Amino acid sequence: MTEQTTAVRFEHVDKWFGQLHVLQDINLEVARGERIVICGPSGSGKSTLIRCCNGLEPYQRGRIVVNGIELTENRRTVEQVRRQVGMVFQQFNLFPHLTVLENCTLAPIWVRKMPRAEAEELAMEYLRRVRIPDKAHSYPGQLSGGQQQRVAIARALCMQPRIMLFDEPTSALDPEMISEVLDAMVELAESGMTMLCVTHEMGFAREVADRIVFMDGGRIVEQSPTAQFFAAPQTERARQFLGQILAR
Amino acid sequence: MRVPERTAAVLAWARRNLFSSPLNALLTLLGLWLLWLVVPPLLQWLWLQADFVGSSREDCRGDGACWVFVRVHLDQFLYGFYPPAERWRVNLGIALLLVPALPLLIPPLRRFRRVWLLALLAYPPVAWWLFHGGLGLSVVDTGLWGGLFLTLVIAATGMAAALPLGLLLALGRRSRLPVVRATATVFIEFWRGVPLITVLFMASVMLPLFLPSGLSLDKLLRALIGVALFAGAYMAEVIRGGLQGVPAGQYEAAQALGLSYWQQMRLVIVPQALRMVVPGIVNVFIALFKETSLVLIIGLFDLLGVVQAAVTNPDWLGFVLEGYVFAAAVFWAFCYGMSRISRRLERRPDMKAQEQQEMA
Repeated sequence: MTEQTTAVRFEHVDKWFGQLHVLQDINLEVARGERIVICGPSGSGKSTLIRCCNGLEPYQRGRIVVNGIELTENRRTVEQVRRQVGMVFQQFNLFPHLTVLENCTLAPIWVRKMPRAEAEELAMEYLRRVRIPDKAHSYPGQLSGGQQQRVAIARALCMQPRIMLFDEPTSALDPEMISEVLDAMVELAESGMTMLCVTHEMGFAREVADRIVFMDGGRIVEQSPTAQFFAAPQTERARQFLGQILAR
Repeated sequence: MRVPERTAAVLAWARRNLFSSPLNALLTLLGLWLLWLVVPPLLQWLWLQADFVGSSREDCRGDGACWVFVRVHLDQFLYGFYPPAERWRVNLGIALLLVPALPLLIPPLRRFRRVWLLALLAYPPVAWWLFHGGLGLSVVDTGLWGGLFLTLVIAATGMAAALPLGLLLALGRRSRLPVVRATATVFIEFWRGVPLITVLFMASVMLPLFLPSGLSLDKLLRALIGVALFAGAYMAEVIRGGLQGVPAGQYEAAQALGLSYWQQMRLVIVPQALRMVVPGIVNVFIALFKETSLVLIIGLFDLLGVVQAAVTNPDWLGFVLEGYVFAAAVFWAFCYGMSRISRRLERRPDMKAQEQQEMA
């Protein structure tokens, strides 16, 4: 793959939390428009991996290149990367003191210097896409978890990112709200967005992902095309994991 | 028949709430007895047997308080020794404070943020010009300022300076840069560790020793600086508590959107942190308001100072109680007002958003 078609590239990345070696020799290449689901048991480093993609976590060894920009300690380049990478968190992390609309327009206005009217128009468009335009003037505290997470997706999209990161977006939701969030994500995937999702929703993975990255103990144990991963996982560890998670 | 029904309801309520057990009945009776001991004599003194009209101590004939004393000295209590002919300037200056406060009182005005900010920034110089004079107005030396006016000047300056100073110090103390962090920490710990009295003494006695001869700072100005730095250090710790209370996810979300450090602080973190610590901030404000009376020891006459001077006036000896009760009432009214404003701020919907999210 050339730089033009590569969205994210990890080259021999290592990361430690103190003594703990949380990412070990990570090599991963994600093409533009590709949809990756990262799964694995808890503590396997999958959240850390995804948080490295927009510089929320520093890494100690190797190279991470996002959209042709190498992520370094340099604040400029980090901010440059973040402008092109949207992120959705497990706990939504909406700004509680701002309305839904203000949450969505904050970054376009301040980071991209977009006129307020234009930013609001853009925000309404994305709020419509996640089917929540009627809540534009509510505060996050007045919304259900599923609604909040959809707003969080709209907020990230308002920066018109090239890549979207999802860090267990449905894990904090009540079961009946999971599907509304997954639907929004499926729709996004169909629009051709490059996506990296950490999730335990195997149904979603099967429907949307081009490739599954399976992690364990800070390593990428296996990465294979979705159908192949579910039909015939190559490693014993992945087989075990799938057995457990699909048995539920 | 209505009336008996209501009486019955009252009796039932009293029975349920005041006389539900022998111990409760005893406590109720004890409470009533204490009220009976305190309230009637207090009312007698404050009002029923008090004198209200007159212009000299000869008019104090009743057994109660003689409010004539306060009435005669009222101008002095309010303005100190500010020349009577110029007192309209004080009134105007304080009334002008309403202009920057308008958006707080009338929410729709908040949209005109630039105008509001401009008014806020323009107020201190305009107020200083009105109060002190110059440029067409006759100069009133700060030594003549006094009474409630001086109390308000010191308290307002202290509050206005403490908030931004405290904010910067709090951010500094949480900075990743060691030098910034150390500077903020040392500053905060120094000013918090020193009693305000000492600060005021240093400001009035020691500071002039360090200043080059010929350069002299106004005594009031020195006291104001001292009070502001002192209050700023306290404020810093209150605000730091708020900053620490903002969940890590908020920082991460702000970062992930590409906001710069100062944008993250200004737009996301600080607004939430300040909302969380409104009660703490008001607490510092109230303490500061009351501590302004300490400026008496460096020869500035705030409300309490002026009252104290009046009660030792040979023409009006013996009215200590009236003077202090008046001063206490004024202080209480202002402090209670601040606490009411704080409660109202806390009830605003965008202020409560945080709690709701935590409950959800």
